[in-house]
Amino acid sequence: MLTQRLLLSDRGGMLVLGLVLLTTIIVPILNLAVPTDSPLYVSNFTVGLLGKFLCFALLALSVDLIWGYAGILSLGHGAFFSLGGYAMGMYLMRQIGDRGVYGHPELMDFMVVLNWDKLPWYWQGFDMFWFAMLMVLLVPGLLAMVFGWLAFRSRVTGVYFAIITQALTYALMLAFFRNEMGFGGNNGLNDFKEILGFDLAAKTTRVGLFVASSIALILGYMACRYIVTSRMGRVIIAIRDAESRTRFSGYQVESYKLWLFVFSAMLAAVAGALYVPQVGIINPGEFSPLNSIEMVVWVATGGRGTLFGAIVGAFSVNYAKTFFTTFSPETWLFILGGLFVLVTLLLPKGIVGLFDRFSRKGDKQ
Amino acid sequence: MNPLEQLRETWRRDQVFDFVQPAPDFSAKVDTTHGPILYVEDVSVSFDGFKALNNLNLYIDDGELRCIIGPNGAGKTTMMDVITGKTRPDTGSVWFGQRMNLLKLSEHEIARGGIGRKFQKPTIFEALSVFENLELATASNKHVWYTLNKSLTGEQLDRIDEVLKLIGLKEQFRMEAGALSHGQKQWLEIGMLLMQNPRVLLVDEPVAGMTGEEVEHTAELLTSLAGRHSVIVVEHDMAFVRSIARKVTVLHQGSVLAEGTMDQVQNDPRVVEVYLGE
Repeated sequence: MLTQRLLLSDRGGMLVLGLVLLTTIIVPILNLAVPTDSPLYVSNFTVGLLGKFLCFALLALSVDLIWGYAGILSLGHGAFFSLGGYAMGMYLMRQIGDRGVYGHPELMDFMVVLNWDKLPWYWQGFDMFWFAMLMVLLVPGLLAMVFGWLAFRSRVTGVYFAIITQALTYALMLAFFRNEMGFGGNNGLNDFKEILGFDLAAKTTRVGLFVASSIALILGYMACRYIVTSRMGRVIIAIRDAESRTRFSGYQVESYKLWLFVFSAMLAAVAGALYVPQVGIINPGEFSPLNSIEMVVWVATGGRGTLFGAIVGAFSVNYAKTFFTTFSPETWLFILGGLFVLVTLLLPKGIVGLFDRFSRKGDKQ
Repeated sequence: MNPLEQLRETWRRDQVFDFVQPAPDFSAKVDTTHGPILYVEDVSVSFDGFKALNNLNLYIDDGELRCIIGPNGAGKTTMMDVITGKTRPDTGSVWFGQRMNLLKLSEHEIARGGIGRKFQKPTIFEALSVFENLELATASNKHVWYTLNKSLTGEQLDRIDEVLKLIGLKEQFRMEAGALSHGQKQWLEIGMLLMQNPRVLLVDEPVAGMTGEEVEHTAELLTSLAGRHSVIVVEHDMAFVRSIARKVTVLHQGSVLAEGTMDQVQNDPRVVEVYLGE
């Protein structure tokens, strides 16, 4: 019953998940078991890149859930992503121990520079992995809950909501830039050594993180699918299409929006937590409003309101970004802007909608 | 307000404390032992100085079919907004039965409690199928967790089937609601109200934009509902009002101008002057 609801009625999703699964199996084999001079060898760089894309896909999923299904445009999902990343970063920093440049057994290098003599209270506990993981979920979740409660209760919607989410992520960026915040200021957190005792520079650890990201993406997809195919999912679509009707049908619209917003924030945070060990750094730049806008472009490009469309969008836009920033870095932002305009004008349903159109035409003939 | 006045307000002898009033658990019966199911008393609403409602008094009996007419800006829609909790009045009181103060409840609580509202423009969930529209409107537990895990019971499905027949959309139940014709959308919305098992139905301009045949069908539908539900219809179409109305209330400038049968109202010189005579 459940598998049918989650998978069989969702052909596009099956296809995309199948591809993700296939990549998860093949890439580690081609990276670890194939000799480096073989043409089939997948380089460490590619593994890292794909791992990053998987995290972005999970992030896009969280944006799509809230924007595509509930119609709530959040231009601040980068904030939740980064907070998740920072929580993971704090754990990784605590794992450095006395191997830092200044060799202090407890304090981070940047704290030594600031002449702090003890660990701030909010860094306590982050040496434990389970605690850090709990914080990955709790901190962004709590922020989303308070922020969402205030916004939805006052019935802030549409473009106004988008603007205040931008303000949220911008404010957090400015706050994290300050050295006194105790999160490394401008430089952020970096120079990580190991995770759960595994050396982060090792090939196997990188592949492990890649596989973990992929599993997280698949589980995240299933969870989202479970939500949108339930009666709650239909209530959410109803809110998107006719909010007052939903309210007069006896649904407390605010609590539905809030619940979904918190879930989406947590999903974004998990993506952030998996992203940080793979790129080896988290700094306040991640909070930049531009990043959050980019996420929305991924979803719009892939196809808003279809969960697998978000995954397709995240992969294709980021692949294009990697390609263009390598060959002509200064044109990328123009291309991104142009892409957004083009998609809005010509492909309102994104890449996925394009395939849909072709397959419908095929059916008719 | 100074403290003394505040204290006096608190201890007024004609009202009870909020916490003494029953919680909005509407599964219990609405107390209508004195006849009316809806009491709207001395209600005034003003927007930026414009008085949309001006000491409006209105009583709706249990099971009654009441038509409300009035020229544009008479306050018909504002009245509905007040009853359904969308707008809070400046003064006055609105009671549902004798024990439930609607001014203390929010929109979804009022809706769960048994007051259904149909909007002027048909408002349905266009991306969902006809069946899913009715499914969402079904009276059941509407909390987040419940809707995530539970589906409808057989009894509720039977009720959906019944309503589908009643509104004449049995064949279209799989169709996307956005693809329905204008009249069918109006019926679907009425059907959604019925799924809520309401005691009172507020229906705003149900036949606007309908063809003659559809109007007839709608009139039949609404008259068949009266008795089991109290139905309040706001309408401009005089022929339609005449065909269904037993009692008509004329609103003018935010208060009741006349009340009675269609003939009485139509012969009232004041009504003729402000409305029908034009």
